[in-house]
Amino acid sequence: MKRRSLHWLIPFAALPVLALLAYGFRVNHRDIPSPLVNRPAGTFALTSYSGEAMRLEAYRGRVVVVNFWASWCMPACYEEAPVLERNWRAYREKGVMVLGVDIQDKPEAARKFIDQFSLTFPNALDPSGKVSVDYGVYGVPETFFIDARGNIRAKHVGAVTDDVFRREVDRLLAERG
Amino acid sequence: MIDRAQPLGVLTALLLIVLAAAAPALAQPPATNVEDPRLYDVASQLRCVVCQNLSVADSPSEMAQQMRAIVRDRLAAGETPEQVIQYFVDKYGEWILLAPRRHGFNWLVWVAPFAALALGLLLFAIVVRRWTRRRRAHVAATVAPAIDPAMRERIRRELELEEGDR
Amino acid sequence: MIPEIGYGMVIVAFLLAGYGAVAAGVGGRTGRTALVESAQHAALGVFALVTCALLLLAYAFLTFDFSLRYVAMNTNLATPYYYRLTAVWGALEGSIVLWAWMVALYTLIIVLRHRHNAREFYPWVLTVMLSVLAFFLLVMAVPAPPFERITPAPMNGRGLNPLLEDSGMITHPVALYLGFTGLTVPFAFAIAALATGRVGDRWITLTRRWAITAWYFLSLGLLIGGWWSYHVLGWGGYWAWDPVENAAFMPWLTATAFLHSVMIQERRRMLKLWNIGLVILTFSLTLFGTFLTRSGVIASVHAFTQGSIGMFFLAFLSIVVLTSLGLLAWRWEALSAEGELDSVVSRESAFLLNNVLLVAATFTVFFGTVFPLLSEAVRGVKVSVGAPFFNQVNIPVFLGLIFLMGVGPLIAWRRASRDNLRRNFVWPVIIGAASAGLFFGLGVRSTIAIISLALTVFVAVTIAVDYLRALRARRRMGEALLPAMGGLLVRHNRRYGGFVIHLGILVIAVGVTGSQAWSLHREATLQRGESVELAGYKFQFDNLSSREAGNHFLVESTFKVTNGKAGTRELRPAKKFYPQEQSPIAHVDYHLGLVDDLYLVLGDFARDGSQATVKVQVNRMVSWIWIGGFILTLGAILAILPERGERRKTA
Repeated sequence: MKRRSLHWLIPFAALPVLALLAYGFRVNHRDIPSPLVNRPAGTFALTSYSGEAMRLEAYRGRVVVVNFWASWCMPACYEEAPVLERNWRAYREKGVMVLGVDIQDKPEAARKFIDQFSLTFPNALDPSGKVSVDYGVYGVPETFFIDARGNIRAKHVGAVTDDVFRREVDRLLAERG
Repeated sequence: MIDRAQPLGVLTALLLIVLAAAAPALAQPPATNVEDPRLYDVASQLRCVVCQNLSVADSPSEMAQQMRAIVRDRLAAGETPEQVIQYFVDKYGEWILLAPRRHGFNWLVWVAPFAALALGLLLFAIVVRRWTRRRRAHVAATVAPAIDPAMRERIRRELELEEGDR
Repeated sequence: MIPEIGYGMVIVAFLLAGYGAVAAGVGGRTGRTALVESAQHAALGVFALVTCALLLLAYAFLTFDFSLRYVAMNTNLATPYYYRLTAVWGALEGSIVLWAWMVALYTLIIVLRHRHNAREFYPWVLTVMLSVLAFFLLVMAVPAPPFERITPAPMNGRGLNPLLEDSGMITHPVALYLGFTGLTVPFAFAIAALATGRVGDRWITLTRRWAITAWYFLSLGLLIGGWWSYHVLGWGGYWAWDPVENAAFMPWLTATAFLHSVMIQERRRMLKLWNIGLVILTFSLTLFGTFLTRSGVIASVHAFTQGSIGMFFLAFLSIVVLTSLGLLAWRWEALSAEGELDSVVSRESAFLLNNVLLVAATFTVFFGTVFPLLSEAVRGVKVSVGAPFFNQVNIPVFLGLIFLMGVGPLIAWRRASRDNLRRNFVWPVIIGAASAGLFFGLGVRSTIAIISLALTVFVAVTIAVDYLRALRARRRMGEALLPAMGGLLVRHNRRYGGFVIHLGILVIAVGVTGSQAWSLHREATLQRGESVELAGYKFQFDNLSSREAGNHFLVESTFKVTNGKAGTRELRPAKKFYPQEQSPIAHVDYHLGLVDDLYLVLGDFARDGSQATVKVQVNRMVSWIWIGGFILTLGAILAILPERGERRKTA
């Protein structure tokens, strides 16, 4: 007799699974937390599109913003290029460096991109993809904020906005003292 | 009668256990021979980050090509496969591995399939035992018709032959 | 004009379907046949409207009506007419229309076939079918409207996803959806059985052909999907354990279990509860599949888009699951009459074990698919669960299932005597074991491959033993050979249809085993004129050319393939650059063979055509998978044929 009441619980057995699926709506699949935050940033030595050497160590002591982009990355890279250029010009005298790393791209298309936005900060091609893998890049654009001691302190996935740039850079500049 | 079934049941169970034990042997990627099997071994454990669910070994994308080159260079420089894999995990997180590492919470996904199978087999055994016992009780409870036992045996065998042919 | 007309049709159809569902339900409950008839007319009306909507959408595509957002997103002026037609179901909104149309079609067939021979279930079946239709029409009206207008209408559309410009994409969704939607019908009958309390065999007998047909289309859809993956995606594989692939595979597994366990209920009147539970699970899994594809809850290459549509599907899935399980609990007493078994060594036992293995495999696939979500919910850590996991945990179960395929059909019902076992299994076991030795001797070293192939031989011999024995009996009675062979198939078409289907599965299993164990590949960067060798074939890079080709820019390489004896062949792997796509699409070129498939993918290349990187694959035994698919088709046709001989049922 007591057993009869038990099988009414059967429908409720499905609830945990349905709840888990509902949780899935809150998950953003592109937003994967980087294990590199608070770790030393990987060094790199590339040649920029204007022919000069681009090495991360050269800028130790400054706050460095490393931005990974590509000319085929639409529309996000096209949205953030003017943001980067604008903030670069505003912060360059305050001890901030902006470096652009171009991945999986062709030099002519990249140069056209640089000219289109009149980018004045150094941009270099990462020919073998080593640098992008070293930074755990899985898509473009991605931007890394590196403090004066050379540690990655923040990673931003997607187009950078003025707010994000200023917030991160101001924070790191304040730390530098 | 039922005892004849015992060995067969045990045999089936053994077969399944053996097969389940063989599973770790499958931890090696399929024996797809390539000029560089170590490269394929490592690359097939890494997830291609721009595709979904393809391995770095399989993916035709440019990113995967670059990642394969990095794996090749690191192996050539003397790193062990585990070190190369750890390098990628350090950069991307555990998500870069196509099968979860066997530690902590991840054990759940590795154990659950076998637990489910074991549970299923257990239920199967219980149900079969209960149902065969009921059958026996049921048959014993019916009054046996007065047929000569030898005749009954022959009838039974004929019926089985016929049913077995279907 | 078109957007408004189409949208109007969707709304009216939705209201009709909703009305019909309620009317049929009330009519069934109260016995008022007038209401049921009214619902029936509503169903016919819905079919007419959905058909018109589908045709209207097709018309919009054929006439480049870019005022529809859906058309503008999925074609452009350069898309050829046949791809314009198939683009109708190529993306989210259109796929819902196709799904709804198929459910409506099946409802129509139910009206035509079952309104007299299933009178007691009919109202409830209508309720379920019309409720499902109402849901999909609601989705077409609110979150994913195919007839949404875009203002201003663009001059040119965006274009079809280039990966969809392929014959596989024409047929794959159609076959798959015919399978998914077909599984709605057994579910509807099961609910009808629960609602009316007639939980015996009747609903199973009525839905037997529905179940096999839906199962077949699902199998076909999966195989075509594998074929499409193989010859388009450029990685040389046919199954990646992608979450959406898994979502289609799970209902296939439970439907296979269902096909077998209903045979036990037909014969021995057992497992009523289990069968109803299985059918509810199968239908729920098909809904889960469409939910996964459209909600973006689990990342997948198949996922259409995100948005509120996922919530609609989750809500509907929840309603379906909770309601049907509630009905099941309500009828528990009638369902849970316990069964009886004469012996554990029996066909009932083998079929039960088959079910255990299939459901265990389903659970494995399901758990692996949702585990990334679970891990994130519990630990906040994202993990991936992919091919290495699924291959490892599933292979033992599948090998067990192959073994059971040999045992099940031949072992006796009730109790298998020692005699029965000996007559049926001695030769298969001996030959199977011998074949293991043979394969080892031939150089096969992978344990799994040897086990798999030996089991396949075992099962094949059991089929042969049965067929030959029956054939011999007929010949002894004076029948000539060929008529006897055909007569057997026709007279016992269910049994031999099943055998042929098993044979098809065996061939597929051999193909999968061989391709996993023996395929080879390598990558090389070649100068013009240089060659690379693999598996006795020489691939020489001859030329690289480029030209405009309709809606894309084509860079084509030419490779000459020789293998010493059998002459030369030319393969042209290419890269297609579509203006609307960010990266080029690799166009694989391949040559299929019975044993060796030659498969080339073009990678990087130098602009002047002097150099190219190519991935060369020699895939072994893959064609057996497609051949197995054809055999499966023949078996399914045989199994569905009307039964001759003794029992003629109006099923």
